[in-house]
Amino acid sequence: MSKTVTVYSTPTCPYCKQAKDYLTEKGVAFSDRNVATDLDARNQMVQKSGQLGVPVIDVDGTIIVGFNRTKLDELLS
Amino acid sequence: MEEKNFYDLIILGAGPAGMTAGVYAARKQLDTLVITSDIGGQATWSDGIENYLGYVYITGAELVKKFEEHLTKFDIKIEFTRVVRLVHDNGLFTVHTEDTREFTARSVIVATGKSPRMLDVPGEKEFVGRGVTYCATCDGPLFSGQHVAVVGGGNSGLEAALQLMKICPKVYLLELEDKLRGDEIVQNKIKGAQNVEILTRTTVTSIYGEQFVKGIFTRNLDTGETGQLDVTGVFVEIGLRPNTGFIKDLLTLNRWGEIPVDCASRTAIPGLYAAGDVTDVPEKQIIVAAGDGAKAALGAYSYLVRLPKATSDWSALVAS
Repeated sequence: MSKTVTVYSTPTCPYCKQAKDYLTEKGVAFSDRNVATDLDARNQMVQKSGQLGVPVIDVDGTIIVGFNRTKLDELLS
Repeated sequence: MEEKNFYDLIILGAGPAGMTAGVYAARKQLDTLVITSDIGGQATWSDGIENYLGYVYITGAELVKKFEEHLTKFDIKIEFTRVVRLVHDNGLFTVHTEDTREFTARSVIVATGKSPRMLDVPGEKEFVGRGVTYCATCDGPLFSGQHVAVVGGGNSGLEAALQLMKICPKVYLLELEDKLRGDEIVQNKIKGAQNVEILTRTTVTSIYGEQFVKGIFTRNLDTGETGQLDVTGVFVEIGLRPNTGFIKDLLTLNRWGEIPVDCASRTAIPGLYAAGDVTDVPEKQIIVAAGDGAKAALGAYSYLVRLPKATSDWSALVAS
């Protein structure tokens, strides 16, 4: 069964783009929330991660702060 | 299956220097491992690059993507982790990583680049990611509508202030010197803004808050006068430091912590090469780092083919 993946990002952040490209290349569907403009998404991100840095990636409720390929691969497998 | 951990060459870092070294090593068919915490290094952060040949204009992220595509065309293994120690023993190099793994090789190229320098004041580490950030480009938009401080009046500090003054009602810009240091054209844009307050000869003494940053304490270097600024964001832009902590027991570094290399990218230890911004090479440019990465890989190749047979059979010895 496929996992629910959400990426909280800003349009200017290069690591956010790398993370999203990586997911796309792996064929992982995800929803992208722009926390620069979407205040609900920003609050949600802060609540989930307890911090204010992007990207934040939510894989089925497990939170990764930053673009960490190793952790992401673990959670997706 | 047991993890393979013996290689001809280990490349530390995957910025322009490390990735170019990887392409050259792969083309020489060296059994190579790249160990890195990210792809692209500092180049990733560049807004626009206009001096890498072949591209009149390209963003850092796009150029890094192209480098990565080029590197991964080859069958080259990449481990995403951080190096904590490099040990040299009996002609072999062992890399210790933060996830407590070990990888050994006959030669190593250090291309670990530079990282943002920290303020080194109380509260800074505690609030990283919770108001303290070193990437205005990434995290700046999260602070829209809030009062923020930018520490550092060089070009990167000015760029951060320029970005933030468009989205924040109040931006404090702190500089140690008696005037801003970055490009005048950017300075003038900032000086003309109503919502930017420039504090020269001012240092941050501590950062405070609860779950998130609530403010900073400052001190004027001339008068000794202390101050307090209510800010929720602290953007630290005070330059870079080389990532050489893991190697400082092995090599004598220069006064800035950079690795001294000769014109062939060799360090003082045979088989150990260094390339890119982590070295004492004077110009920190993507094209220079890439060129040095190529030199280092070709140097490592020449070194490896000249190793005596006994040494080149070491992996069989170690494995037995």
